[in-house]
Amino acid sequence: MKHARIRWHIVVFLAPAVLVYTAVMIFPLFNTLRLALYTRIEQERVFVGLENFRTLFFDPIWAEQFWNALGNNFWFFLIHMLVQNPIGVALAAILSHPRLRFAALYRSAIFIPTILSFVVVGFAWKLILSPIWGIAPSMMEAVGLGALFRPWLGLEGSALTTLALVSVWQFVGIPMMLIYAALLTIPEEILEAGEVDGVTGMAAFWKIKLPLILPSIGIISILTFVGNFNAFDLIYAAQGALAGPDFSTDILGTFMYRTFFGFQLQLGDPHMGSAIAGAMFAIILVGVCIYLFGIQTRLRRYQL
Amino acid sequence: MTRKTMTLALITTALVATGAQAQDVTLTIESWRNDDLTLWQNEIIPAFEAEHPGISINFTPSAPAEYNAVLNSKLEAGSAGDLITCRPFDASLALYEAGHLTDLSDLDAMDNFSNVARSAWQTDDGSVTFCVPMASVIHGFIYNAEAFDELGLEEPETEEEFFAVLDAIREDGTYIPLAMGTNDQWEAATMGYNNIGPTYWRGEEGRQALIAGEQSLTDDPWVEPYRVLARWGEYMGNGYEAQTYPDSQNIFTLGRAAIYPAGSWEIAGFNAQAIFEMGAFKPPVRTAGDTCYISDHTDIGIGMNAGTEHPEEARIFLNWVASPEFAEIFGNALPGFFPLSNAPVTLEDPLAQEFVGWRDECESTIRSTYQILSRGTPNLENETWGASVAAIKGTATPEEIGQRLQDGLASWYAPQQ
Repeated sequence: MKHARIRWHIVVFLAPAVLVYTAVMIFPLFNTLRLALYTRIEQERVFVGLENFRTLFFDPIWAEQFWNALGNNFWFFLIHMLVQNPIGVALAAILSHPRLRFAALYRSAIFIPTILSFVVVGFAWKLILSPIWGIAPSMMEAVGLGALFRPWLGLEGSALTTLALVSVWQFVGIPMMLIYAALLTIPEEILEAGEVDGVTGMAAFWKIKLPLILPSIGIISILTFVGNFNAFDLIYAAQGALAGPDFSTDILGTFMYRTFFGFQLQLGDPHMGSAIAGAMFAIILVGVCIYLFGIQTRLRRYQL
Repeated sequence: MTRKTMTLALITTALVATGAQAQDVTLTIESWRNDDLTLWQNEIIPAFEAEHPGISINFTPSAPAEYNAVLNSKLEAGSAGDLITCRPFDASLALYEAGHLTDLSDLDAMDNFSNVARSAWQTDDGSVTFCVPMASVIHGFIYNAEAFDELGLEEPETEEEFFAVLDAIREDGTYIPLAMGTNDQWEAATMGYNNIGPTYWRGEEGRQALIAGEQSLTDDPWVEPYRVLARWGEYMGNGYEAQTYPDSQNIFTLGRAAIYPAGSWEIAGFNAQAIFEMGAFKPPVRTAGDTCYISDHTDIGIGMNAGTEHPEEARIFLNWVASPEFAEIFGNALPGFFPLSNAPVTLEDPLAQEFVGWRDECESTIRSTYQILSRGTPNLENETWGASVAAIKGTATPEEIGQRLQDGLASWYAPQQ
């Protein structure tokens, strides 16, 4: 029996990616988790085990902020799931209609906001919705709805939902593109076979296309989940690090930023900040695992 | 022959030049005020060097946001300048405690400054002062004088008159009475609570009592300003909840609002933007004849690097910074940033002169949350932002706000427990 030869070329080809990824992702990740187990007492770094996490979850002042941020994060995610993804699917279904004219133009127009910077989007929407200079009040006035205008970004009850919808506006192009691509892969023969059996129009979408694009919708959901729980930029650009009014738009990202780097007179606390980052990592990990083992394995796949 | 003479002449000149250089000392200043670079190069440094031949000054500012980090790493590496521009309170205190700043308590000219002025650069017990106070900002209200003339209004002196003026402006309807929003939150605390507040907690008296634990944030002097702020909301523009700080500045300078709750740092910008005559009035007192209090908040100081090779010359410069002459140059070049020395200074800008004139009529204090009280979690200054906004919007009662702030402070600050 011949002894298995070590295939050096595999190691050589993997090395650059593995080294770079380890240096810039894996090492910082574990170092952050390690940092969460320490605290600073009188200029000395002291190991305290899970003490920071106990403070984060059970100290009334920290816990209130943490649960508030986590709750806001779930609301942010829910809006995306209920608004962004259905609209994305609907747009893709319309765009893939063979008789739609200017489909390429619509596709680009809807996708363009996705490539804009968060800062640009945050600033532009702040101006659009501004009660002083914004075009939103006068546009609503023009159609007789002026009385319904409110300074949405400044009200505790509506600020987070408004920002979530701005984010939906920005990112609706991504589910649209992914679903659109999935719809294009459905062979004409299947649809034609359906037509022969009398399944046309909306029924063809619900009974043939939707089951075939379900795996794509699953992937989009998990991307939305990870993206939303890592969100930070839009809130920071629009409302600042204090995520006003009265922390109503505070999500885990802004909470972590404020704690880690400090803000105004508040000095940064890298150890508590790392604890929050650790909690975020755990939440995302659990969410992804639930999806991978609980949902994806049960999705029925069809051989096309 | 001629060539020889030339060479000799050159050598002599070179020797003389080297001789002069050996006595010359160059002091380098670290600063975050890169906006002031031309002011230093064109006015302050020439004025100093003219009087003190042999000492030259090199002003090397860095970007404000990076200053603390850059300065710290330079100090660690031993490459920082001889003179250090000091941020107020904890940032500089940390530098002193780490041994980077020298004790300047014995500097002759230190007597030119009041205790309030020095408080930003002292140890907690007040025994050591480590930076020379340079500039402060004063709070008050800037108003559109033409609007006041048009409506026949006078500068209000008391709280009652203040609200009467606001009512009159609102009734007329041409102008938004108060140019302020709550979107960015800090204005509500800085230009709201800490602007009008000192009148109620009697300036330093209340501030010191709060630090000592003799008063609490649920006491009337600390809750009353929130009751007054709660009345502001109705005089602010439509949709003030989403109005940002630049929005407020623009509304005022475009002439759409009558009164702007201000900090003096606005003066230079407003002079450039506003096309109408402006005036200023100080925070109103409760009843006519009461002592008035102003927030005269210490902002910039300058200290000496403990590792400097020229401590003698650095002290000469610091003494000069503490002199009335420096105050005169600095105050006029940067209207709105006021020198802190006790010597009377005349400013050419009428609006700036109005602000600085209040120092003679009123008692000075600094923002209540800045010294010591914002060291823990929750951070009192940040909490005050949200609290002031809540008061204006009416989402919490002043009593609830006071209780919440007190609970937060007491959770980590021993004298309040």
